[in-house]
Amino acid sequence: MEPGLDASIALVAIGPFMAALLAPLVQRLTRPFGGWVLALVPAAAFLVLLSLVEPVLANGFVAARLAWAPSYGLDLSFFVDGLSLTFALTISGIGTLIVIYSGAYLKGHTHLGRFLAFLLAFMGSMLGLVLADSMLVLFIFWELTAVASFLLIGFDHTRQAARRGAIQALVITNIGGMALLVGVVVLRQIGGAWELSALRELGDGVRGHGLYGLALACILLASFTKSAQMPFHFWLPNAMEAPTPVSAFLHSATMVQAGVYLLARMTPVLGGTDIWSTILVCFGSATLLWGALAALRQTDLKQMLAQTTIASLGLLVLLIGLGSEAAIAGMVVYFVAHALYKAGLFMVVGALDHETGTRDITALGGMADHMPVTFIAAALASLAMIGLPPTLGFFAKEEMLLGAFGPQWLQGLALVVLIVGNALLAVVAALIAIKPFLGATSQTPKSPHEAPIAMLIGPVLLGAAGIVGALVLDWFGHTVLEPTASAILASPVESHLAWSINFASPILWLSVLVWALALAMYGQADRIRTLLNRAHRAVGWTADHVFDAAMFGLIRFSAWITRLLHHGRLELYLVVVFAMFALALLVPMVAMNGFAAIVQQGWPELRVHEWGVLLLAVGGLGAVLLARSRLVAILSLGVQGAAVALVFLLFGAPDLAFTQFMVEILSVIILTLVMTRLRLDERDPRPLEDWVRDGLLALVCGGAVSLVLIAVLSGTLDTSLSDFFAATSVPIAHGANIVNVILVDYRGFDTLGEISVVMAAGMAVVALLRTRRRKNVPVTSGEGEP
Amino acid sequence: MNTVIFRTIAPLIVGTMLVFSVYICLRGHNEPGGGFIGGLIAASAIAVLGMSSGRDAARRALRFDPIAIAAAGVLLAASSGLLSLFTGSAFMTSIWLYLELGETTVPLSTPMFFDIGVYLVVLGAISAIGLGLETDDGEGL
Repeated sequence: MEPGLDASIALVAIGPFMAALLAPLVQRLTRPFGGWVLALVPAAAFLVLLSLVEPVLANGFVAARLAWAPSYGLDLSFFVDGLSLTFALTISGIGTLIVIYSGAYLKGHTHLGRFLAFLLAFMGSMLGLVLADSMLVLFIFWELTAVASFLLIGFDHTRQAARRGAIQALVITNIGGMALLVGVVVLRQIGGAWELSALRELGDGVRGHGLYGLALACILLASFTKSAQMPFHFWLPNAMEAPTPVSAFLHSATMVQAGVYLLARMTPVLGGTDIWSTILVCFGSATLLWGALAALRQTDLKQMLAQTTIASLGLLVLLIGLGSEAAIAGMVVYFVAHALYKAGLFMVVGALDHETGTRDITALGGMADHMPVTFIAAALASLAMIGLPPTLGFFAKEEMLLGAFGPQWLQGLALVVLIVGNALLAVVAALIAIKPFLGATSQTPKSPHEAPIAMLIGPVLLGAAGIVGALVLDWFGHTVLEPTASAILASPVESHLAWSINFASPILWLSVLVWALALAMYGQADRIRTLLNRAHRAVGWTADHVFDAAMFGLIRFSAWITRLLHHGRLELYLVVVFAMFALALLVPMVAMNGFAAIVQQGWPELRVHEWGVLLLAVGGLGAVLLARSRLVAILSLGVQGAAVALVFLLFGAPDLAFTQFMVEILSVIILTLVMTRLRLDERDPRPLEDWVRDGLLALVCGGAVSLVLIAVLSGTLDTSLSDFFAATSVPIAHGANIVNVILVDYRGFDTLGEISVVMAAGMAVVALLRTRRRKNVPVTSGEGEP
Repeated sequence: MNTVIFRTIAPLIVGTMLVFSVYICLRGHNEPGGGFIGGLIAASAIAVLGMSSGRDAARRALRFDPIAIAAAGVLLAASSGLLSLFTGSAFMTSIWLYLELGETTVPLSTPMFFDIGVYLVVLGAISAIGLGLETDDGEGL
């Protein structure tokens, strides 16, 4: 391993986060070129990753490790093999183009800088996710993608639909995130290591383990929620509320592919079993067909693309489920081809929307005259999506059909689904490429014109890449396909991609069948749409509604819980608090036989003034009980508190005494101030049962504290802790006042937490006073003492 | 409460208390005292000022919103702990610096800044509560 490699791999993941912090500033300084300048970051990551291609080809992988919390055995470990590299290169490459595109798409937007920051942070989390070796690191980046995508989807936060889409994506993917955490911990228990690279050395160790089912369920739930598989598919179309560059990025190569990545990554660990193939193929098939049909139902170009993304995700999951060498090869080629064409198409749709003011497929036509370059980009991408030669999409389709070719029923099912699904996707692709651009020119809200260069460079480059990739097929097979598929299957895979056309091969004829089906359906697209819409209305509800119902149910449930626990009756709160206090003291006393420890002691030898202080305390207490007005009661309580402070002072705790004095004074002041909001001299008539209840509680609490204290004093005190502090306070912490040194130095972290609580309590009281001021409701003060 | 005597003497008391609170805060490392007690004394001083001169005068005398003072305290305490990260040690490892000023030595340390943070938090939070309550004369907060 070269020196400095550690840092550079970690920087690929962490660099975008650092850039995100600076993005708003950079954007402001380089105003018209903000997108171009910030695109340097992902471009740099892309180049660093390119430099890893050679070592990965030579050695199979590159690993890097940064110490994070060595005391817990946690490292920020990164692991780059063919699979991570393919994903990371796609992410950073497309990311570069998306950042450039965003700069132009949101030109003049007040929060463009913030948007670019979110975008870069998202890219960083995605890169970290695919490069992570430690599963905990993977989990952290997984959650970061959820947070960053939440910010991106909800970017237009003044719109209710955007907020809803963002929350929905967050909730659904976080359910998966929690499942992932459980799954990761279970895998750690099975395999004994956090590192993915170590886990896949175990071979059948995981698959044969008793906890295999649990680990599998958790990982599948995580992948299915993230990759929008049925029945969690509904968040993805709603995420289209985000600005189009976000959709282009999230739904081509990143966010939703995280689940696919996880499945591919877990194939050597969890894959290969019957249950794995069956679940993946069934869910993938359902998702593929559902997404493809739903795409045909839409007229909004962006929604069409969103639904085809669901379909493509189903397709990828299906191929991973099949798990044969050809299926995995098909999955790899399809992933690359899909990322290229889907990002391109989203950008094309964004450009159409941006320059014409609409993205309704029925309202657009003849735009090829006004936007020729956009049209070329759309055509290139659609060719790949239909799977026509000479594009990568064609080879992806050949490979996947080959992978589904076999005698088992599962393969048969997959083959049929793949043929129908691909045909449906081809129809959508043709619709998107042809309908808006050819035919009679339609009237649009804006007068159409070509998009700026920053918005064209992305789709054109990506469309071209889809063709170039196919032209250098041998190179692609050797540098991309082989290492990636080998990493997924954990065994060497030979690429057999070739340009030769063999008319005797059934695969070719299946391809032709796909095209024929697509052509037939293309003519009937409008009728199919009407039919699907009618069916949709007939069903009447969707998973989306279920989600809403669940969320409202949750809100009602929490409201019910809140009302139950937070009833607003102060005296009941106090009763609960003190009753719990008494129990907390008495239960351990009884359970651990604390009473036996109490040694009979006579009256302590006290001097006269010490007896006097005690008398003062008791007198103050008696005055509280007998006081006829509240002011007198408060002052009497203060007298009692001052007497206690004196006790502290006399028996060697000056710090405590000091604090007690101040707290007593301030309590009296604050209580009096509270009472001035009521009538100060009001008599306080209370019913007898209140007296009995409160008095009893007070006696029990007081008695319990006394008993515990006597029990503690009866034993021998363990002074090792105080000895330690006394011995080390001056030499280590340079302070003679042990109490204070403990507060600010030994236990400074606790104090930091406590003062934060004090501040929060102060804010809460002020907020309460502001809202309750008009209603004249008394407010008690909260005081924290370290 | 609003007697002439009280109103005349209060500023003197307040001034003395505030100076004393700073003294108590700073000496806390070696003798009884510290940021928490100092903050309580200072908060009491503000309460006395509020009683004698009114809430608005006390608020003006503080110059900053009490909650802002508390927040600054938390920030100061937290950042004093962060300083140690630059020396490569763990969060909140104390750093000591002995400044030679002529014949005396002034020890500066991160725990001291931490304690000042505690002082500000207590002063700010308690004053916020006290001043917030002293508003029953119908004025806006």
